[in-house]
Parts: sequence; structure tokens; C-alpha cells
Amino acid sequence: MQALSQILAITAVNVRSIPQRLASSLVAIVGIAGVVVVFVAVLSIAQGFRAAMTTAGDPRTAIVMRAGTDSELSSILMRENTQLVKDAPGLAQGPDGPVASAELFVIVNHPKRSTNSDANVPLRGVEPGAFAVRPRLKIVEGRKFEPGRNEIIVGRAAAGQFTGLEVGRDVRWGENVWTVVGIFEADGAISESEIWCDAKVLQGAYRRGDSFQSVYVQLEREEGLEAFKAALAADPRLNVMAQRETDYLADQSVVLQTIIRTVGFVIAGLMGIGAVFGAINTMYNAVASRTREIATLRALGFGALSIVSSVMAESAVLALLGGVAGGLLAWGVFDGYRTSTMNFQSFSQVAFAFRVTPTLLVQGLVCALVMGLLGGILPAIRAARMPITTALREL
Amino acid sequence: MKFFHLVWRGLLRRKLRTLFTALSIFIAFLLFGALMALRVAFGMGVDLAGQDRLVMIQKVSFIQPLPLGYLNRIAATDGVSAVTHSSWFGGVYQDPKNFFAQFAVDPESWLAMYPEYVLPDAQKQAWFGNRTGAVVGRALADRFGWKVGDRVPLKGTIWRTADDAPWTFTIDGIYEAGTKGTDTTQFFFHYAYLNETRTFGKDLTGWYVVRVADPAQSEDVAARLDALFANSSSETKTSTEKAFVQAFAKQIGDIGSILMAILGAVLFTILLVAANTMAQAVRERTNELAIMKTLGFGDGQLLGLVLMESVLLAVLGGGAGLLMAWLITQRGDPTGGLLPAFFLPTRDLVLGIVLILALGIAAGLLPAWQAGRLRIVDALRRQG
Repeated sequence: MQALSQILAITAVNVRSIPQRLASSLVAIVGIAGVVVVFVAVLSIAQGFRAAMTTAGDPRTAIVMRAGTDSELSSILMRENTQLVKDAPGLAQGPDGPVASAELFVIVNHPKRSTNSDANVPLRGVEPGAFAVRPRLKIVEGRKFEPGRNEIIVGRAAAGQFTGLEVGRDVRWGENVWTVVGIFEADGAISESEIWCDAKVLQGAYRRGDSFQSVYVQLEREEGLEAFKAALAADPRLNVMAQRETDYLADQSVVLQTIIRTVGFVIAGLMGIGAVFGAINTMYNAVASRTREIATLRALGFGALSIVSSVMAESAVLALLGGVAGGLLAWGVFDGYRTSTMNFQSFSQVAFAFRVTPTLLVQGLVCALVMGLLGGILPAIRAARMPITTALREL
Repeated sequence: MKFFHLVWRGLLRRKLRTLFTALSIFIAFLLFGALMALRVAFGMGVDLAGQDRLVMIQKVSFIQPLPLGYLNRIAATDGVSAVTHSSWFGGVYQDPKNFFAQFAVDPESWLAMYPEYVLPDAQKQAWFGNRTGAVVGRALADRFGWKVGDRVPLKGTIWRTADDAPWTFTIDGIYEAGTKGTDTTQFFFHYAYLNETRTFGKDLTGWYVVRVADPAQSEDVAARLDALFANSSSETKTSTEKAFVQAFAKQIGDIGSILMAILGAVLFTILLVAANTMAQAVRERTNELAIMKTLGFGDGQLLGLVLMESVLLAVLGGGAGLLMAWLITQRGDPTGGLLPAFFLPTRDLVLGIVLILALGIAAGLLPAWQAGRLRIVDALRRQG
């Protein structure tokens, strides 16, 4: 009990005397804040990208592609095959039969607003069933495209990132001219980065014959995937694989996430080490400037443990201040920042917003705290081990 | 130089502080090196793009193929000195996670187009003569432990063999990087093998690479080529290789520049912290400096001594950091194939050295100037 009250007493003295060492304390705070900003900001990119790829995924939605393909882009399915897939058991039934849509996925060159140079924009040809498979998708401006016509609807995120995709405008890709007739939202799902049109029209425009690349289906029950897979595998006319859409999209985002996270962790880790060195210097300084004070306390009977704890506590307080400042800065500057990048796995653009989540902020604070404690250890030990008599004599 | 020992003792005065300051400068410049290498990597080696090469893709999208028949018409165009073509294969080696790029090319014209892929003549000839042969980059060969003569099966994702068996290739050669940053993670094989074996899409190719006789005429030749195929069923878009790579790199977009901005800010923070500590180390010694003045050191001399101390510290820490960064980037891509052009250009190395010196001078200048202007009596009276 006595030890505790000692610790509290000295810590309070230390913390209250921080303003006296404002300059060097500020240096430690700034150093740690810098690390936290980077840590949170970089991970918020990964978080936002992941969210764009996987949120709003319905566990009942499955995607069927040719076996052995790693993305829709490299898959191919003939119409007969897509029909067999739709007739397989285990699919939810709507008024017009199974809830499913055979789709075509291509890339078009279209200029990006931020750079004004061409980017790979995903263009998806869908069947009418697509809207039933993705019930959360709604048209927020204009109307749906009419089957058989060169009309497109544009995802909200794509409309924001690429030029000239407003309702009523015409866009020209190669020999085809398309009219933008609507803008849609889908609760932030990946579709919002895409442009949609009628699959039949797209087949013609891209000379794809009567072929598709994938079939999106809605399962009757969430746990029905295995049975559905088995049914597809049992059909000798089919050479396809089915997976949950959420799993497929998570797979598709692995590469980019790995890059961002590797870069983020390595850089933030290095910087963290740099900031710890900064904190060590600051705390050595703090201890040095109080040598006589600490010796006096020791002479009065305060224990070594309470001295150690107080130095560590001061360091932790500085680090937390830095952590909070860094977290707030990262949150203020980066949260919700909208951008788009190329997903290496589909070669196409994905629009997303940085997400500074509460978890990230807490992780940032924990990081800061760890850095503060690491920075405090050595100086704390030195403070506690100073011989009282020499220390009292010091200037 | 005769005062070097004095300066050195000054640094050793508080060994721990000097050590930690040097270490944080070390980290800062290690970061700087990594950052610059990363910037090159995100730029996808745009500086390496051939000046006299053009890339022709299908106008609407690079995933759309072009007819093989364009080859002769391109070759016959004014200002074109060579042409070759390439197709994306997209095969999987063992597991999709082992991703690397594979291209079906016309071997002879391809290697002639890209002299930066360097391989022994014997290996070249062996490859030209072997329809199912392939050449791979050094980094790729090292990644999977491939040697010349090894057989490599790739599972086709887009292009399938008639019975959907894996495509099997024999490694006939391993190419080395002819210039720093040349991508050696690629896999090249005979277009003829792809074209004969695939079940659809015959006589189509992915894109053409054209060499122009006079790089100054690049734009004109590109326009002429696009005009040649205008209003055909496959219109084309031709640009210089540099512009093509640049456009591709831009697609990664803000991410690269945002990373750079964040990291730059942090580099600045760490350096600020280090500089502050260094300045403090000088301020602490005001009394000592005053004594030296009493002993007859001139103002200029003191200024020089203080500056030398801070520059020495910066050079020790920063130099080691830069060296370390250089050593690490020598080992190439840290992600295993995702960022092939990961290296530290000499230009940035020089910039780093300039920054180190600037840091040393900036951190020492103010305290050195103060030290130089000290009035002895004031300084001697000052404590701490």
C-alpha cells in the first residue's frame, strides 16, 4: 500500500513537471505521433480496400466459373453451361425461375478524373436476374438499362472516380457508343466500382459469341453451398467450380492487401524503432535534469521501485499523448478519403475509401504505449540506480 | 583535422545519447532508402522504358486481342524498323499464390526487341529450336529453384489444351538483367506452341511492340499505325513504351503518392527529433565552450568544431543507414515478385548523402552560431 502511494505521489510530481521540460517532451510526443499517423493511415488503406471488396457480400450469393480459373477475367462458360448451372438444385426460386444471372466481365479504357489518363474500368454485362441476386443494389438516379440497347448504368464509386459518367451522357469505347442512363448504389459493395450493361449487348460489342464468364446465383439456404457444389460436380457436361462470392472477393484482394500491409508494417516498425530512440533520449534528459530531485527523494526514503515506475509512467503519458494526437490526425485527414487503385488480380480499378476504424485507433494507441514503455525502461533503471551521494552533489 | 580527437571526445561525452541519436538517424536514412526504392517500384520502372519502342494495344481494352495478320502491315509501315508481339498466358504453377507473369512470344524477334534480357548464345539457340522451350528471368528461376533443362508444368486458366492437361515447358535458358531494375521475374515461351495447342482464339495476339527507326518520330509513327487500323474491327492504340508504362503505373494511382507523402512527413519528424537532441547536446556544454574561448579558441574555430561534431554524428548514423538500405535493396524485391523493379537508384543515393550533410549542418548551425557569439562571462555564469 505504501509503495503504491509512493508511486502515485512521485508520478504525479513528474507528470505535473512535464511543462517544465516542454521542448524535449514535445519532441518525444511528436516522434510517437508521427509513427501512429503512419501506422493508422497505411492500415486504413488496407482496411478500406478490404471493406470495398468484401462488405455487403451476401453469404447466400455464390459465383460459378470454369474450373481452374482464378478470376472472372480468365473464365469462360458457354450458354448451355450457364443454363445447366441455373437448373442445378439448391438455388432460390423467384417469379421467373432460379435467382441467377450469367455475366460477362470485361475491361474498358476510360480516363480517370485524378490523373486524366486511361484506366482499366470494369464493365459487366448482366442478365435481368442480376438485380434479384444482388437485392441491395438500387438505382439512385435515372433508370435501369433497357435490354438490347447500348445503355449502361454506373456504380456510385465509379461515377466519382472516372470522367463523364453522368446520367444522359454518351461514352464511346471503340466502335460502340453507350448512353449512361442510371447511377446505382449497393451498400458500398464492389459493384459500385463497376459499370453494368445488358450481357447480350456486350457479347455483340466484344465479339464473344454466346459465351459468358460467370454465373452469379442465390442459394436457397446459406449452408446449401456444399450440396450445390456436389450437384455441379456430378454433372459430366460441366467443368466448373462454385464458391461463395465473399470468399472469391477476399481471395481477389489478397495480393494488394499483402503489399499494403507488408509495406505498412515494415515502414511503421522501422519508424517505431526510431521513435523509441527519440523517447529514450527524452527520458534520459528528463532523468538527468532531475538528478538531484530524485536523489533527494531517495534520501527521504522513497523506494527504487517507485522511482522506476514514475519514470515509466511519465514516458507512457507522453507516448499516449502522442498516440492520441497521431490517431486524431490520421482520422481527421484520412478517414473517408476516396480514391481508386488497380487490383492486380483482376487488372481492374476498385474505388474505395480509407477507413480509420476504432480498432485501428486502439491498435495505434497500444503501439504508442509500447513505444513509450520501451523508451522509459533504460532511463528508469538509471534513475533508480544512481548513488544518492554523488547524485546529490551533481549540478 | 587536428581537432578531430576533441570533436570525437565531445561525441563520447554522453555515449548513450550519442548512440541513440545516431541510431534514430540511422533508422531515418534506412527508411529513406527503402522509400526511394519503393517509389521506383511503384513507378514500375518507367525510367527503364525503351526510348525507341512503341506498344500497340487494342483500343478499347488491353484484354482484347489483336489479329496476328497486323504483323506484316506494321512491319511495312514507314519508320518502323522492327516489330514483335506478345500474349498474356496467365498460367498457374502449382498454386495460384505462386503468381508470375508468362508471355507467349516470337522468340527471335522478341529477344532482338529487348536486348536488356541477356542470356548466353547457346541457350538462345536451344530455345529457338525447341517449340515447347521457355526462358525465365534469374529472379524467377531462383524463386522456384529452376535450372536449365527442368520441366515446368503450368495449368492454363484462360488457354486450355484439348484435354485440359497442364502445359509443359522445358527451361532452355535463364536471362539476366542487362540494366539495373530489368524485370527478371518473367517467363517467355513460343507463341507457336500456344497458338497450335489452344482450343480457341487462334491467330490472335495480345499486343505488338514496335521499334521505330528514329525515336524523335515516335509520335508520328504511332499515329500512322493507328490510322492504318482505324475503322477496322480491331482498332488500335499505340503509344511509346514510356507512356504505356506510365499510364499503367498511374492506375495504381494515389496509393503510391499517398504512401510517399506519409513517409516523407515521418522522415521529417524523425530528423526533427534527432536534430533537436543534437542541438541540445551543444547547448548543454555552454560552460565548456566558454572555457575554450577563454583558452584562446576563436569564434570561427568554435563554430567549426560544433558543426563538425554534428556533421560527424549525422554522417555516422545516416551513412550507416543509407549503406544498410543499399545492401537490402541489392537483394531485390522483398515481396517475392510483386514489385520487380525494386532498387535504389544512384541518383537517390546521392540525394541521401546531400540530406545527411544538410541534417548535420542544420542541427549544428544554430547552437554553433550561438556558441560563436557567446560572451565568456555570461557563459561561465550559466548553468546546465
